[in-house]
Amino acid sequence: MRIATAKETYAADEALFDTAVQRVWFAILLAALALFPFLADQYWLFLAGLAAINVISVTGLNILTGYTGLVSLGQAAFMGVGAYTVAVMEARLGTPVLLNLLGGGLVAAGVGMVFGLPSLRVKGLYLAIATIAASFILHFVFANWTSVTRGVSGINVPPAAFFGMALDTPFKLYWLIMPITVLLLLGAANLFRTRVGRAFIAVRDRDISAEVLGIPLLRTKLTSFALASFYAGVAGGLWAYFFRVVTPESFPLLLSIFLLAAIIVGGMGTILGGILGAVFMTLVPEFLKLLVGFVTPVWPDAAVHLSPVRTVVFGAMIVGFLIFEPQGLAEMWRRTRRFFHLWPFKT
Amino acid sequence: MGADAAPATPVLEVENLSLSFGGIRALNGVSFAVQPGSITSVIGPNGAGKTSLFNSISGFYKSTGTVRVDGKPIDHLHPPERAKLGLARSFQNIALFRGMTVLDNIKLGRHAHMKTGLLDALFYFGRARREEVELRREVEERIIDFLEIDHIRKAPVASLPYGLQKRVELARALAMRPRLLMLDEPVAGMNREETEDMARFILDVREEWGVPVLMVEHDMGMVMDISDHVVVLNFGQMIAQGTPREVQANPEVAAAYLGTGDVADLRRRVAAETRLPETREVA
Ligand SMILES: Nc1ncnc2c1ncn2[C@@H]1O[C@H](COP(=O)(O)OP(=O)(O)OP(=O)(O)O)[C@@H](O)[C@H]1O
Ligand SMILES: [Mg+2]
Repeated sequence: MRIATAKETYAADEALFDTAVQRVWFAILLAALALFPFLADQYWLFLAGLAAINVISVTGLNILTGYTGLVSLGQAAFMGVGAYTVAVMEARLGTPVLLNLLGGGLVAAGVGMVFGLPSLRVKGLYLAIATIAASFILHFVFANWTSVTRGVSGINVPPAAFFGMALDTPFKLYWLIMPITVLLLLGAANLFRTRVGRAFIAVRDRDISAEVLGIPLLRTKLTSFALASFYAGVAGGLWAYFFRVVTPESFPLLLSIFLLAAIIVGGMGTILGGILGAVFMTLVPEFLKLLVGFVTPVWPDAAVHLSPVRTVVFGAMIVGFLIFEPQGLAEMWRRTRRFFHLWPFKT
Repeated sequence: MGADAAPATPVLEVENLSLSFGGIRALNGVSFAVQPGSITSVIGPNGAGKTSLFNSISGFYKSTGTVRVDGKPIDHLHPPERAKLGLARSFQNIALFRGMTVLDNIKLGRHAHMKTGLLDALFYFGRARREEVELRREVEERIIDFLEIDHIRKAPVASLPYGLQKRVELARALAMRPRLLMLDEPVAGMNREETEDMARFILDVREEWGVPVLMVEHDMGMVMDISDHVVVLNFGQMIAQGTPREVQANPEVAAAYLGTGDVADLRRRVAAETRLPETREVA
């Protein structure tokens, strides 16, 4: 069990990790993330990179949908904007990696704000439909603005170069993707310690009274759209460096649905939920594939017979979450933690 | 203007305010003023337009007429800008943010007066940290202690009993740097003890913070006890205003409440409901 900690100052009580135990765990986590690339093979590094990219995009969507209550099915399209921006900057201008990623985030933020304008008038399902429009319109732009996007053939992206070194393996890219992911997550967590994050939650819970209490609705909603799209843009930019080719089909509407499912499975409106949801959605299909691989020696036809089952199992797991744990993985984690804090006095 | 009008500029002046919903005249040429340091109550039967009046003053309903704060018209201002001027309020149907703790709900009230921008917030450096810690100290020392809600500061608001939720709403309004505190039925649904606590807090706010109060309330006992000025609405029209005594003696008021002209009966009912003798001394 954990002993209660008394805090001396308000500043200490407002800290992100407010107990020594939490700080130690965070340090251990960072150390584990730093050691991981030396222990894992290419395959796991590839998955880690992909999961981290999804974590960034899902966290952005969580700010918008989970915290501000604005349902969006445009997140993948905004990733596309970031990916194309980075691809063009890298392939045509040859500007530095970090500048490209920042550019991808900012351009996506601008585009996201434009498509966020309907949120002042419509919400819920209607807003979701309005954001699908973003998906279609942006797909059209990617496919037809050939002078910039090269149309359906897409853009080949040279490897990211960092101080003269080409980041062309999952191992090397890990050192670009993971620190950015950690920084963006800390940023998101910080947000909800301040007036900006409180305003988002207020708009989600009761937008009408929020306005009377001094929160400008349009501004707050557009800020949330901009931020969510910025995260999407950076994630899309990293995606471009990761897969090295960007085409109009890279960011389909289905990916937006995948990202939305991740925040629901993980837990809406918690930073941890976004992380867990993205990791779950990225890794579980792979685990199921591995599982099928395990039985192949004993049952040679396993791949043929189990592959469709695999998809069904994944779908069933998502439905299971919706029914049995609507608060998501983050809530399961909190319950487990509470159990250990109180143990052995209360179980 | 009421008999107790002072020469000082009123904190709030409402002039000829009208508002319709389709065919319903929710407000019809309402005019009154709130004097500095006073407690003004708005009473009237259900559906009289009291909440509509509050929403019009907040700028949430677009009404015709003029609203002035400290002598300056605010008709062109949007609700958030009016909030920033210090029109702080609570709501008839509690409007706390369920996804936040008590502390965050209260802090939210200060939103309009803070400067932390998006970048400050993401890095939680400099201004963001300074503002948050400062706000925390002020909320703790001036509001949470004052309203005796120390024990629930970290609780999610949804878990609180009704009476405490109303108190947290008052706390949030106080965090708004109120120039005028507008309370819509602050003691509705409360038991006697909770009502007395709330009446004491309202009087203390006026004494210690020097903030005038505009209050909608059905509890006649409390209205007559702590108000300096009473405004009576019926079917969107102001049918009387004055001191509690004047209003009680007004036959039109009695008629509005009872549907008859039986003033003696209203007086008896008001007398029966009148409690909180101790709060009068505090005032
Ligand atoms: N948003 C709205 N749309 C349509 N009609 C409304 C709206 N708000 C209020 N009304 C109508 O305006 C009139 C005044 O309502 P209001 O809520 O202001 O009364 P009230 O005096 O606050 O009553 P109560 O004591 O029951 O709270 C009522 O007839 C009500 O039905
Ligand atoms: Mg009302």
